[in-house]
Amino acid sequence: MSLRGKDPLNLIIAGVGGQGNVLISRLIGQAMVSEGYEATIGETFGASQRGGSVTSHLRVSRDHKYGPLIPEGNADIILGLEPVEALRQLALCGSPATCVVTNTRPIHPMCVAIGQAEYPEPETIKESIGRLSGKAWYVNASQIALDLGAALLTNIVMVGVLAGLGLTDLRPDMFEQQLETMFQNEKLALNMRAFRAGLTYDFGKPEK
Amino acid sequence: MTAAALKEPGTKQLLMGNEAIARGAMEAGAGVAAAYPGNPSTEVIDTLASVANDLNMYVEWSVNEKVALEVAAGASYAGVRSITAMKQLGLNVALDFLANVNLTGVKAGLVLVVCDDPSALSSTNEQDSRNVARALDLPLLEPSDPQEAKEMTKWAFELSEQIGGVCLVRSVTRISHSRGIVVLGELGKINDRAFFDPGCPPYTTIVGGGAPKYHKALHDKLDTVAAIYDSSRFNWYEGPEKPRLLIVTSGSGWLYSWEAVRRLSLTESVGILKLGTTWPLPRVLLKDNMAKVQKVLVVEEVDPFLEGNLKGLAFEWPEKDLLFYGKQSGHIDPFGEINTDIVSKALAGICGVEYVSREADYRKKAADIIERFAPPRETQFCAGCPHRGLFWAVKDALRLDGRGGIVTGDIGCYGSAAGPTGFSQLKTMHSMGSGIGVANGLGKLERFQFVQPVLAACGDSTFFHAAIPALVNAIHSRANFILLVLDNSGTAMTGFQPHPGTLTDATGSPAPAVDIASLCRGLGLPVEVVDPYDIKGTTEKLLSVLGGTVGPTVMISKRECALITSKGGKRAYNVSVTSEQCVGESCGCDRFCTRVFRCPGLIWERNSKKAEIDMAICIGCGVCADVCPHHAIRREESQ
Repeated sequence: MSLRGKDPLNLIIAGVGGQGNVLISRLIGQAMVSEGYEATIGETFGASQRGGSVTSHLRVSRDHKYGPLIPEGNADIILGLEPVEALRQLALCGSPATCVVTNTRPIHPMCVAIGQAEYPEPETIKESIGRLSGKAWYVNASQIALDLGAALLTNIVMVGVLAGLGLTDLRPDMFEQQLETMFQNEKLALNMRAFRAGLTYDFGKPEK
Repeated sequence: MTAAALKEPGTKQLLMGNEAIARGAMEAGAGVAAAYPGNPSTEVIDTLASVANDLNMYVEWSVNEKVALEVAAGASYAGVRSITAMKQLGLNVALDFLANVNLTGVKAGLVLVVCDDPSALSSTNEQDSRNVARALDLPLLEPSDPQEAKEMTKWAFELSEQIGGVCLVRSVTRISHSRGIVVLGELGKINDRAFFDPGCPPYTTIVGGGAPKYHKALHDKLDTVAAIYDSSRFNWYEGPEKPRLLIVTSGSGWLYSWEAVRRLSLTESVGILKLGTTWPLPRVLLKDNMAKVQKVLVVEEVDPFLEGNLKGLAFEWPEKDLLFYGKQSGHIDPFGEINTDIVSKALAGICGVEYVSREADYRKKAADIIERFAPPRETQFCAGCPHRGLFWAVKDALRLDGRGGIVTGDIGCYGSAAGPTGFSQLKTMHSMGSGIGVANGLGKLERFQFVQPVLAACGDSTFFHAAIPALVNAIHSRANFILLVLDNSGTAMTGFQPHPGTLTDATGSPAPAVDIASLCRGLGLPVEVVDPYDIKGTTEKLLSVLGGTVGPTVMISKRECALITSKGGKRAYNVSVTSEQCVGESCGCDRFCTRVFRCPGLIWERNSKKAEIDMAICIGCGVCADVCPHHAIRREESQ
């Protein structure tokens, strides 16, 4: 499956407040802009500091400027930082052709904590994503990030995973250049390690 | 930030709309910026604050929006270009001054940016501020993307100076919080010779002929503006020479309309008149374009503002037969934000073409999956939020008191206490500081046999913004209530902007702080200070105050926002669940910690059926250890 040359390329980053959604939407967007693309990012983060969903819509084109919201059915890729958020955005904006790449570690919403709702089993999430998408990839990016020393790196691991899949025209070096402009010194080294851990993730190996 | 900062002119940056607005002010040579934070407008002044020292600008977070606008006017009178930015609700606070300064006029360019929030993504209403432009006869500009937001803001300063009046730039969330490519221009020169001419006529309507004369002069200014708008570069037509339908759109509607026309393959029959200048109406331009068609679809957020005004224009043109579609015709909802799908649907209906966003069975399957497997994610207090501890204590104290006490409040993170995260304690929640005003009313009902205790909650930033007049009112009227000041050391909801009670200013420089407790004691009020992490102590103190006095009293709940703590990295406690102590579902507690206390740092493990601490989320406040009825949660001071 390839989305190379798709115009516009519509990518949704789905997650929860505090996961660094906006940071990676900027990272991916800026990487495309540096290659001469038009890019628009619509960010929904009104409730981000209080456990709400955070969604970024990224639209990239060679020729045209697009509005900040991806129309229903037009999402090409869902990059999930949290599995139920990936599923939610897929159901809202996806189509049978949508590709999903998602972290598998759940963050429970309050209604689950207080016993008003159940958080779906991992297999249920995968099955549901499978029913609504063209192809899907699952990574426990939070675990990779924790192994590198900080849960906060999950978002960068996921960008690495996306780059490693080679679905789009985004080349790994484009991201690495952007990481170099966004971070310095130790932080750069740490983010670069996270990016490369995602980039070289082996989907053939059984998940931890 | 940074991206809008001092980069080379000509470079392309991926800027947020609000950063682009700030960049426009920098390129216009604005010397003063003042605002009170409020999403989705906050980043305008955040951005300017980050470059203030480099550009020798004066930037402040003002105590409220009215003062911010007055600060901007002061600068303008002395010849320094100034800008203020506020959310739609903030505009209401500034309205009193705005409804005067529109008449008296300004000297150097003064631009008022108002960011509306269609769908109320981070607000309590979705009012359409364009109505204020019409009500107060202010020139109105509506950018459609970040690049235009920058250009328009810059130009608004010139227009403001040309007519000697305030210009209103109206953004919406999807412009302010979207990013797009912005080509940077040269930085402007700030006037560094401020001077208020003592010989100039006074800025007031009470001399020089009275308000009606100023009102007429303002209408004359608007006629000048309308003529300028007719040939503005912010308006253009795109489409066939002889369209069958004309879309008239502004702001965010432009790109949605553009995409909808393409998706429906209607480029041969539908034309779009994209307007950036929407009040006063560019009448000649509108007539020229509407002359091409019999049908007009108006696409805008939120109210049918243009639609109504276009109908007014058409009424003056009886020989022309025009049919209008939009919010008043029911083709687009007059509430909530719009998007490409909504515009596509309206357009398809009017043009009689088919529009299918997704196959029906896929849609049904998707809706079913959301319903069954995607539990909603309501907002909640963060892990370790001091408000959780406070409202827990309030709940306990009011129950023990037993007289049916209630809490009034207002907006801020603590507004969520109206919902389950704050144990549904907050019973009224409206504008900034409104809880204290409402408590003034409830607190004077003793003659009508009202015996319920009243607590009024407000944050530290809100205390300065709007609570002080209501508190003074309560002293004089001897209204019975307890003012709870939830002091978490900053304007947490919008990203920790400083306020008059903090030790730094907008640019991070040291500043004198007004101490809330001293101020209240200076007013002669009894003041108690509690730590909301100490649930027992706070509950007891509340109970003793509830027992007590006539007239208002103040209780300050002091603990910095948990997000500051979590970013600082040092946790006070290592918190863990002693697995042997937690008897899980066989305990009579019925999952008390997660089901009732509801800190997101606690999870109920599905397999073991016991509580666990989520170490990725817990910030180590240790409060839950006091809540567990079985003492299964342990806290140890972290090294």
